[in-house]
Amino acid sequence: MPGASAQILRNAWAGPGAPTVDRFRPLLIAAVLALAAASLFFGARSAAAGTGAPGSTAAGFAIEEGLPLSGLRSDDPDERIEAVESIALSGHALAGRVLRAIEDERLVWLEERGWMLLAEGGAAVPPPGAQTVGVNNRVRAALENAQAFLALGDSDVQRRREAASTLEGIEAVRYLEALTAAWQRESDSVVRQALLLAVAKLRLQSPEASLRLEAVRALALAESSAVRRQLQDLLGLDSTGFREPDPQVREAARVALAAMDARLRKFEWIAAAFSGLSLGSVLLLAALGLAITYGLMGVINMAHGEFLMIGAYSTYLVQQLFRRFAGDWIDWYVLAAVPLAFLASALLGIVLERTVLRWLYGRPLETLLSTWGVSLLLIQSCRLLFGAQNVEVENPSWLSGSMALAGDIVIPYNRMAILAFALVVLLGVYTVLQQTRAGLFVRAVTQNRAMASCTGIPTDRVDTLTFGFGCGIAGLGGVALSQLGNVGPDLGQQYIVDSFMVVVLGGVGQLAGTAIAALGLGSVSKILEPFTGAVLAKIMVLLFIIAFIQRRPQGLFALKGRSADA
Amino acid sequence: MPEHAIVVGSRLGASPIAVGVGLLLSALILWMVVAHTVLPADHPLHVSAFWITLLGKFLCYAMLAVAMDLIWGYAGILSLGQGLFFALGGYVFGMYLMRQIGRDGVYQSDLPDFMVFLDWKAYPWYWALSDSFGWTLVLVVLVPGLVALVFGFLAFRSRIRGVYFSIMTQALTYAAMLAFFRNDMGFGGNNGFTDFKRIVGFPIAEPLTRSVLLALSGLALLASYMICRAVVRSRAGQVLIAIREAEPRLLFLGYQSLHFKLFAWVVAALISAVAGALYVPQVGIINPGEMSPAQSIEVAIWTAVGGRGSLIGPILGAFAVNGAKSWFTVAFPQLWLFVLGFLFVAVTLFLPKGLHGVLRRDPGSILVPWRRP
Repeated sequence: MPGASAQILRNAWAGPGAPTVDRFRPLLIAAVLALAAASLFFGARSAAAGTGAPGSTAAGFAIEEGLPLSGLRSDDPDERIEAVESIALSGHALAGRVLRAIEDERLVWLEERGWMLLAEGGAAVPPPGAQTVGVNNRVRAALENAQAFLALGDSDVQRRREAASTLEGIEAVRYLEALTAAWQRESDSVVRQALLLAVAKLRLQSPEASLRLEAVRALALAESSAVRRQLQDLLGLDSTGFREPDPQVREAARVALAAMDARLRKFEWIAAAFSGLSLGSVLLLAALGLAITYGLMGVINMAHGEFLMIGAYSTYLVQQLFRRFAGDWIDWYVLAAVPLAFLASALLGIVLERTVLRWLYGRPLETLLSTWGVSLLLIQSCRLLFGAQNVEVENPSWLSGSMALAGDIVIPYNRMAILAFALVVLLGVYTVLQQTRAGLFVRAVTQNRAMASCTGIPTDRVDTLTFGFGCGIAGLGGVALSQLGNVGPDLGQQYIVDSFMVVVLGGVGQLAGTAIAALGLGSVSKILEPFTGAVLAKIMVLLFIIAFIQRRPQGLFALKGRSADA
Repeated sequence: MPEHAIVVGSRLGASPIAVGVGLLLSALILWMVVAHTVLPADHPLHVSAFWITLLGKFLCYAMLAVAMDLIWGYAGILSLGQGLFFALGGYVFGMYLMRQIGRDGVYQSDLPDFMVFLDWKAYPWYWALSDSFGWTLVLVVLVPGLVALVFGFLAFRSRIRGVYFSIMTQALTYAAMLAFFRNDMGFGGNNGFTDFKRIVGFPIAEPLTRSVLLALSGLALLASYMICRAVVRSRAGQVLIAIREAEPRLLFLGYQSLHFKLFAWVVAALISAVAGALYVPQVGIINPGEMSPAQSIEVAIWTAVGGRGSLIGPILGAFAVNGAKSWFTVAFPQLWLFVLGFLFVAVTLFLPKGLHGVLRRDPGSILVPWRRP
């Protein structure tokens, strides 16, 4: 037969209950693995060589005994699940392969030959009349747990950690003893912590009150909402009274819940503060460009939102270019997009200033209307070029995912990066305006155009470049926004009212005011949101700003001046 | 007959353009009404309900543009939130129309369908007066008028003006739009009010009802024009122009500009509200989209295209821009935003006095390309 070298190994792994074998286990496992590999190799070779030979219908070999496979043929999923658990607990050398095979439907039953393990890779055609094991969602979950349990014996810590975190959700009491043993011999603290939770969860189902008490105390250290729910369940009522009959255990659960909640609350505060700062940083990036064009120059640029859009689409284009020409560097496309988005937006801003805005200085309402027209032109051009649908901009791998604070409270990396980016951009703008000669010119022209002109500053060119600079900063904001949400032609429209609110609230012409207004508005919105919902919070913030401006028409930080028409 | 009208008109102080527009619109309305109600549906000269609705809609928009001209063209206050007052008037009247549906809704309930959908058992308190036609007519002007009065008083008292004021009005209408989008507000969420059946007991889709509404819109436009004309020709109108030109100087001369601005602001809001109330029964729907900032800023472009500071120009502008919009969105839907965007830029750069200036052959009406500021 093709599976001439089929290994029938009984009790090769003595199981977690036999500490004397511990010292030899690595050797044993290595030997078993070597044998298994050899068997697979020869099995596959002989199968390949022996196609057409009498009796061989598929690449695979029979498994005759040693594994508790019989339950797998049952129609009852519970029995199949039990069989899966028995396989995992049997300690059989082939257990892992068999479980994998069940999942891939490569373990088949043939009336005349018994169980057959088909070769991996899909090369094997199941022989006629072969029955696979029925895998439904529950059986699949059981298989996952069983494989994770086996992976606890792996030498690679990373794999053990993954396995242990899967096992945290385990509910099958049969694993209790084996998991306890695994926990005792485990050296890695992360794995130990996860296993402790798994063991504690299983012990909660124990009939002995003392074991349950111990389990509750262990669970108090956990930081997951699933454990929290479980503890809360203990305090719940069912038809016979408390679900947990023992008052001592209930008391321990109450203490554990209180401790857990106190810890979670602290982290919730941190998360709430962060999300406020994060929203603030987004507002800051959206409004910073406007703080220059409107705040310093007094140009009402209603197309400001569209410069954000251009920044976001530049990011998209850079991403597509990287995908096509530099796939290996795709993770760094965002960094390349930063200068390009700045240049694209700045260039367009310069063109806009030269062709339209220049002729409307001193007529702010006309500027407002014509820039609104420009924004319509830009939106529609974008629709024609890229389509009306949103385009897909992917976070690079170092920006995706999030840092887990505790349990379900996480801080996404992209929001952290944007907060940092906003601060860097703010610092950059401040430096340019305060520390460079160009910035000196900008401030001079802002404060007194006629006098600046008299000292030889080319005010025309300063206007153009300042406007370009402001638009470029908006482009940088667009790069950040592209990493957060949808990139579509309407991207800018969502931010235009908000941006103006931030600049107006902060005080026109005040960079610091803009920053404080952005972060303040972000925090206030996030503080209101849990009580009112996002939309109502936004309405309240808008009404607050409208009311605030009545009290302080010059914004938070007013420039002191004597102009009657300020 | 037109020559005669112009002679009579000029004796009354009306410009030939105003008389021409007035005659043209009256004739158009009259012809449409006759062709819609008298001629049978298969007659080649029959006018369908679509055109009646379209003309009615344009007349309401023209009222909005006239109101805009009063505050922007004369007093120099650019409102980017005029759509708020338009929509508020529309919503108040829409509440009455919803009540008139009675039990003919999909759920055959006393409550409007959207309230049944929200599982509400009774009308909220602010729907109390909406089943009375008389009260509705009062509230149509009272609610938007009060909103305008309060907002205007606070803003003008704090001397918020120019662009600052424009942005505040935009924020106001934006906040209101967000609020009306919420289902909990009790105004139908983003679907708003629609599926009206009756108005004062008359079926709303009947040719005669439509014709009456159209005629009323024409009269309302005439009334708005006459009111605004009376305002700008009065001594108060002179003060409004002075506010536009140099408000600080006016203040130093001892004028209390707050009162004049507030008066013009509230009058404009009232005209907008009446326009909204007439708009809803004719178009058959009102939803929060009418409050979007984009919608409001379009009113400014109708006014600018027609010609600011002329009152008759904005009527032309509203018809021209909306006519172009109706045609483009059917014929070349992708191009319309380009046309609109271009209009915004071109009119502000090259046509500071709009169509009205061109018609009057005003020498300053066309800027020789890029005249230096």
